[in-house]
Formats: sequence, structure tokens, C-alpha cells
Amino acid sequence: MTAAARAEAAQRPVLEMRHISKTFGPIRALQDVSLTVNAGELHALMGENGAGKSTLMKVLSGAYRPDAGGEILIDGATIATGDPIKARAHGIAVIYQELSLAPNLTVAQNIFLGNEPRRFGIVDRDQCNRRARQIIERLGVSFSARALVSSLSLGERQLVEIARALSTSARIIVMDEPTTSLTSRETDRLFEVIATLKAQGIAIIYISHRMEEVYQLADRVSVLRDSGYVGTLDRADLNASRLVSMMVGRDLSAFYKKDHRPPDSKRQVALSVRGMSDGRLLKDCSFDLYHGEVLALAGLVGSGRTELARLIFGADRRSAGKLELDGRPIVIASPREALEAGIAYLTEDRKELGLFLDMSISDNINMGVLARDSRAGGFRDFANAERRAAKAIADLSIRARSAQANAGSLSGGNQQKVLLARLLETEPKVVILDEPTRGVDVGAKSEIYRLIDSLAGRGIAILMISSELPEVIGIADRVLVMRDGAIAGEVTASEGVPLRQEAIMELATGAAQR
Amino acid sequence: MTDSSTVTTTADQAAVRSRRLRTAFAALGMLPVLVLLAVGFQLINPRFLTSTNLLIVTQQSSINIVLAAGMTFVILTGGIDLSVGSILAASAMVAVLVSLVPDWGMLGIPAAILLGLGFGVVNGLLVAYIRLPPFIVTLGSLTAVRGVARLLGEDTTVFNSDLPFDFIGNGSLLGIPWLVIIALTVVVVSWLVLKRTVLGTWIYAVGGNAEAARLTGIKVPLVLLFVYGVSGLLAGLGGVMSAARLYAANGLQLGQSYELDAIAAVILGGTSFVGGVGSIWGTLIGGLIIAVLSNGLILAGVSDIWQYIIKGLVIIVAVALDRYRLQAGART
Repeated sequence: MTAAARAEAAQRPVLEMRHISKTFGPIRALQDVSLTVNAGELHALMGENGAGKSTLMKVLSGAYRPDAGGEILIDGATIATGDPIKARAHGIAVIYQELSLAPNLTVAQNIFLGNEPRRFGIVDRDQCNRRARQIIERLGVSFSARALVSSLSLGERQLVEIARALSTSARIIVMDEPTTSLTSRETDRLFEVIATLKAQGIAIIYISHRMEEVYQLADRVSVLRDSGYVGTLDRADLNASRLVSMMVGRDLSAFYKKDHRPPDSKRQVALSVRGMSDGRLLKDCSFDLYHGEVLALAGLVGSGRTELARLIFGADRRSAGKLELDGRPIVIASPREALEAGIAYLTEDRKELGLFLDMSISDNINMGVLARDSRAGGFRDFANAERRAAKAIADLSIRARSAQANAGSLSGGNQQKVLLARLLETEPKVVILDEPTRGVDVGAKSEIYRLIDSLAGRGIAILMISSELPEVIGIADRVLVMRDGAIAGEVTASEGVPLRQEAIMELATGAAQR
Repeated sequence: MTDSSTVTTTADQAAVRSRRLRTAFAALGMLPVLVLLAVGFQLINPRFLTSTNLLIVTQQSSINIVLAAGMTFVILTGGIDLSVGSILAASAMVAVLVSLVPDWGMLGIPAAILLGLGFGVVNGLLVAYIRLPPFIVTLGSLTAVRGVARLLGEDTTVFNSDLPFDFIGNGSLLGIPWLVIIALTVVVVSWLVLKRTVLGTWIYAVGGNAEAARLTGIKVPLVLLFVYGVSGLLAGLGGVMSAARLYAANGLQLGQSYELDAIAAVILGGTSFVGGVGSIWGTLIGGLIIAVLSNGLILAGVSDIWQYIIKGLVIIVAVALDRYRLQAGART
């Protein structure tokens, strides 16, 4: 009898999720995932960004209804799915990364928000405060039930959320990256509270990217990858390399393209970044980007990759840092100055920060070069604009009814190509691509990879942010890994030895420090 | 095989045809409403569609159309300018006061327009560089500039029965009133700027997605400064037109709630309140609808009180129909 089997015999599962699949149109977000959680255990859920963890938890909380065939059992009995109210009634509570408290109400009011104890139809303040105090005492923490939430620290607010979950008699609490914005003291206190909860028989599903936390807390760890279930490890079997390989271990598909010659020893620095800080997250980031190379910027969500890119591009204000372009110091205070210097940036959020959805494809492609193309008196040169648009549509094989169609009418992949076309019209020397293939179908993906490859072949320096490790391995020459706002290290391929995903994951999660 | 392909082709053709129809319909916008209103009023009172009356309608709408043209620029960027009525009053005061200066009376025109531009630029600076919400900035200047207008004439009505530029308000060229010529010129120039210049494209871009515009290298604050400047300048021009028509100006009463008619004209014209979508031709039609309603209801003998009620309801119903039409278009 294995340790796992003994544990299961001793502890009845409080929650079973069986054969959960979830599709959104053509996209499969979860594929036949099963998960068993015992009472009083902390079950860590791990996986890369986009592996399906959040979707699985949304199915659990009732925010999503699973596809036919999936079922959720509490204490061995099937419950209705896709109904948040019923899920809560069965004792399932989720504490989200973005806290959802009303800052101008007291702790007690927040704990009972929408569920206030009443007497004669009127909120019973005394009972509200009394019961809130009891719950807070159960957690063993020290703030008053009458304190305003706005006066509490982030960590304390999180404890209020946990108290709210307990007020509805939660038996399964999901915590999604709970320590991301906590100080180390607050983290310690959260861990004490977690121990208290476990002792009271409450099951905790703990989503985290941080290895140290998982080692410290988890009774068992389940890993998801590419929308599917990979496996579950017992505490006794935990080790870094095994976990990392479970998270990343998949074959590289053939569609990555790396024909451009990696820069040799005579390579020239295109962009030199020194000591970039933003006074908040980013701390002293320095690196060199060479002509003709694809440098990937890897790291977990929240590690500061986009922030660093925006700082270089002049989109946000920096508190310290210097840039050199082709050996000459440059000062960039706005995106316009960056574009004029020859640095272009592709945003990760094309709908909110990139496209003009109500304007034509042609206008979208030409937007960055209107002033350059204009005729006397500031009038537009429409003939030239149509030529540029027609050429870009042909070169990038953008599938559109006409260049005059609205950009909003295009599919995700074609929208992304429109943004790439706009960026290329500015004839940049340095290109920063933030998640260039996010939300893009497979066909457009491989076309974008080919484009990146040919740009590098033309000597353009490319910095590519990506959360998809196979993509990073597939097309990058070199990888910088960020963690907690700093550059944690560099992964390079040497002769005959390709880039290793495990090395990147170890740097990104901090597992290498163990 | 042949059968099914023929079917698809016919279906495709039908789709293309219905799409063309929809596009044509979308381009027309509120024009059918204007035509329907005109035909309806003609049936009630045959005096409506006479050349004399139509000249009166266009003349009455001209000042509102000039203000609404400026408002179109502002609303296209997703903003609002509530101060145009007050600016018009202050500019009209200055126009009349300067016209009283012996031999230099014509300077009343540039003085009024420059004053309007000045107020508009102040609005623009506050919105673009101090980043205050446009509604709040122009709500403040609505009140403050009204005070300035009253201050200019020491809270009295100023007259000039010998106004050197009275032809603007009461003269005509080849039978067309100068007020109408000015309004049409403003519309055409606005169209040129919005649809034919780089700046015009930037205005649509800023209204459609201000952050994307900034990341594309567009000088967003400069664009905002421009649109509020234009709105102020055209309100100043409206002040000149108003003074020229009345030979007088009153800081307290002139231009009261003109901003609401201007906004109504822009919205009736199909310009999106969140910015980025709309056209100056729509605004022209919207302004004419409002003028036709006022004139037609008077000719139909409807009481003043009911005119308000009917005008308000027509605006709401027309825009509701427009939204419904656009949604139906988007769905298919």
C-alpha cells in the first residue's frame, strides 16, 4: 500500500471533480481533468500560465459550467454545476487575486456583505459585529471587526476575505496566488491562518507559482499542462526537477522557425539597457540586445516583463535607468520619442492598447506614419496610404474583405498582423514584441514566427516577451528570465545544446535557489 | 454538386446586396428622418415647403450648426464642451462693444472670434495637460464665462443700431443669407479637416482609443487642445453671427442652453458619445432636424410648452432607432 493510498483511506475526499472539460467555441480550455481534495489538506495546483488552473477553479466556483460528462461531488454526492450560488451553499469559496472588498465599509460589514444577519428585516448591527468578532478570533488575528477596510493593509484585507468565506461556512477555500502582493511578515501570518484552517478540517486549494511556498505548505500537488491533467505528487515525492518537468515536459512542435543565423562573435549591440527601475516593481534591470538576434524575456505573470518593455518604450515613467542605441546614449520620455529613435513596441493587449477597432485596416496600418507621409498643409496622402496597406496585406497575408473594412471585423490573428504591419511601417531598428502570439490561431502563429525570423535575418534586434516556453525555446537565440521585477538570470544555448525549459522554469520560480 | 454551388452563389449575392443596402442606409443616417419630418409638416401646413420658409429654417439653424460643428470635433475625441453657449454670449458682447469704436468697428469680428478661441484653449489646456474630466472643466467654464459675459456689459444689454457687420446677420449673397453661407462653409471646412488631414485622422484615433493613440506616437494632448480650441473659436464665430443678427447682445440671456441644442444635433447626427465614430454631415442633418422641428411645430400651431415635450421625445426616439439600426447591422 502506497503512502497516497493510506492517506486516502484515512481521509475521505471532501471534493471530487471528475472528467471536467470546458470548451469556448473552438478553444479547448480544459480536457478531462479530475481532481480529488481531502478534508483538512492543502492541495497545491500548479502549471504554466494558461495551463487551465483558473478555468478549473471557475468551474468549481460555478462561474463556468463544464461540458457534458463532467461532474463535481461534495462528500460523495453530485452537485449542480454552473451555479455560483449553489456552489457557495455547498461550502465552496474562492479568494481571488484582485480583492473584492468595499473599502469604505467596516470589516464586519464586508464579512456579511449581501448576507447580513437581520432582525425584523433590518440589519442587526450588534449580531453582525459579534459574529464577525468570533470569526476573526477563529483566525487568530488582531484587527477590530469595526475597523474600516480602507485602513487595513493588503495582507489584512486578504484575511478579511478569508473571514468572509468562513462566515458562509466554507469547507473548501480556493486561494489564487494569495501571496503575490504580501510582505514576508504578512505571508507568515497567512500561513499561520492556513494552518489553523487545516486543523479545523477545511480543505484548501492553493494556486501558486512559487516553489518555496508549495514545498512549505502542500500536502499534495497536482499539475496541469496544456489544459490537461498531468499528475499528482504526494508531499514525500516532491522535488523541484520532477515538478518542473511535469509542468513543461512536452515536445516542441515543428512549426517554430529559426533560420536566421544567431549572432556570431562580431555581433553588435543594438540596444543597451542599464539600471532600469520604475520605483515600484522594477529593480535595476540591465541587459544588452544585439542586432539580428531574438532575445526572449521569460518569467511568470507579474514578474515585470511588460513593465520593463513599457519603460524602455517610454510608455511609463522611469525612476532610474539609461539607454544606448547603437552605442549612442538616448533619452526617451514618450512612445513618440522611442518610435522616432527606431524602437517599436507591440502591445500584449491589442484590443485595449493597440487597435482602433472602428477605423479601417488601412488607417490602422498607416497610423504611425501619417505625419511622415503627409502632403503640404497637413493633408493626407491617401494614394500612398492605400499602397502601404495593400503591400502590408499581401506581405503578411492578412485575410480581410478590403483594406477599408474595420479592424474590429478581423479575427485575432489578422488583427495581430495589422498591428505588426503598423509597427513595421515605422522601419524600426529595435522591435519589442509583447506576447506576439497571444490569442492567435495556430496558422497565424507560425506565420508570425516566420515574420520574426525574417526580421532578425534583416539585422533587426528583437526582444520578445512570451509566456509560452515552447515558443521561447523554438524561436529565441537567448533567454532572459525575470522574477519579482529583476532579471533573475540568462539562459543561453551553447554548441549543440538547445535552450532548456527546465532551466528557464527554475529561474522563473526561484527553484534554483533551493 | 452544381446545385449546391449555385445555391451558395445566390446566397452570397444576396448577402452582398443586403450588405450594400445596409451600408447605403448607414451612410444616409438620419436623412430619412429629416425628410419624413419635412413631408409631415408640409401635409399639416402647406406653407412649410415654400422657399421663404425654408430660408428661415436654414437661417435659424445656422448658429446652432456652427456650434454643433465645433461640438462634433470635441465629441469625436470622447469629450464634451458645455461652455459654448456662455462663450457665444461673451463673444457677442465683445463683438458689439468693439463695433462701437469709431472707424474700427469691423474689428469686432476678430475680437469676438479670438476671445472664443482663448476660452476654448483654456478648456483644452485643462483637459489635455491637467487631465481634468471634460465634463467638469466645461461645466466650470459654462458658469465662469457666463459671469464674464455679464461683466463685459456691466450686466446690461449693449446695442449698436449702426453695426458695421450687420450684413452677416441680415444680408444675403445671391439670395442666400450670409448666416447660411457661413454655416455651410464651417461644415465643409470641418469635413476637410476631419476626413482629409492627418490631424483629422488623429482626432478619430484619439476618440477611438486614446491609449493606443499615445503608444502609436500621436501627440494626444495637442489633439485635445486643438478640438477644444476649435469649439471655442466656432462659439466665438457664433457670437459674431448672433450679434450681427440682433444688433445687440445681453450677457445674461444670450446663448442660454445653446450647448444642449448643439449636443443634440451632434448626437442626432449619429456621432458616438464615447468618441471615435461620427461625421460632420450627420451633424448638419441633426441641426436641420432640430430647426425643422421648431419651425414646423410653430407653423402647425403647437403651443410653446408642447414644442419642448415633442422636441425632447423626437431626439430620444430618433437616437433609439439609430442605435437599434446599428445593432441590427452589427449582429448580421
